[in-house]
Amino acid sequence: MDYISITSIVCAAFAVSFGAIGPALAEGRAVAAAMDAIARQPEAANTISRTLFVGLAMIETTAIYCLVISLLLLFANPLLA
Amino acid sequence: MNSPLESAALFQIGPVPITQAIVTTWVIMAVLVVGAYLLTRRLSLRPSKRQVALELLVDTLDTQIRETSGAQPAPYRGFIGTLFVFILAANWSSLIPGVEPPTAKLETDAALAVLVFISVIWFGVRGNGVGGYLKSFAAPNPVMIPLNMLASVTRVFSMFVRLFGNVMSGVFVIAIVASLAGLLVPIPLMALDLLTGLVQAYIFAVLAMVFISSTVEDGAHTPADLETSAKKKDS
Repeated sequence: MDYISITSIVCAAFAVSFGAIGPALAEGRAVAAAMDAIARQPEAANTISRTLFVGLAMIETTAIYCLVISLLLLFANPLLA
Repeated sequence: MNSPLESAALFQIGPVPITQAIVTTWVIMAVLVVGAYLLTRRLSLRPSKRQVALELLVDTLDTQIRETSGAQPAPYRGFIGTLFVFILAANWSSLIPGVEPPTAKLETDAALAVLVFISVIWFGVRGNGVGGYLKSFAAPNPVMIPLNMLASVTRVFSMFVRLFGNVMSGVFVIAIVASLAGLLVPIPLMALDLLTGLVQAYIFAVLAMVFISSTVEDGAHTPADLETSAKKKDS
């Protein structure tokens, strides 16, 4: 195993681990805010949870990007070709 | 372990290689089309159980379209509903042993995203004409034109990566756990995958609806429109 493959594997792990931190914190805040809003206004729970789901999907996309980058590094690395 | 980014061809028809995702896609399409035809063949005013279930589905779709966009659901029901039902069927097709969901492959998601991109243009032009559609790029003011042009591509790209990433990661995790731990261990993960599949199908449809309706609304806001709507309010 040469340098480039070792570096790619380490970087893939780093990309997923650090890429997951931000979205995790952000989703936690979003859910907390939505819970707060539902507790205040239970009759608006439908609208809030729908918006919450769409928002969570948006936030999650950043983590998914990191996952895709790490998969590219592992399986379709342009430097190893 | 096989790369999730590439797909192997099962067989070839002439110069065209056919992958497993294509076969699954066509089977799902056939089931949906034939099922829709058979189920809607005898509709009556006194609905049977079958018809009530179908009406429940269509009614839910209509409510969601109306609530997310504020528009009348009739022009969008066909496209958005088909997107939702197809992606849901594709995501849940992983329940059948040996079938990998076609949405876990890049090509299927890219095709769906291109459909959304084209339909935004189509509905924008149909709602407000070519001029109205082009005007939607200049909303809220002309400084935003380059950003809006960029956004019209990147938001579709992010939809496609989101669907791919979510479905593929579910399949991938199940494959890894099954190869490490054994037959029955990944069942809780598969249950989680059902939820993810439903949420992703819902989000894909809702986002498509949001993009379409924002384009239609941005193109419709001309000064003349605002005046007439103000007059209507007065009278």
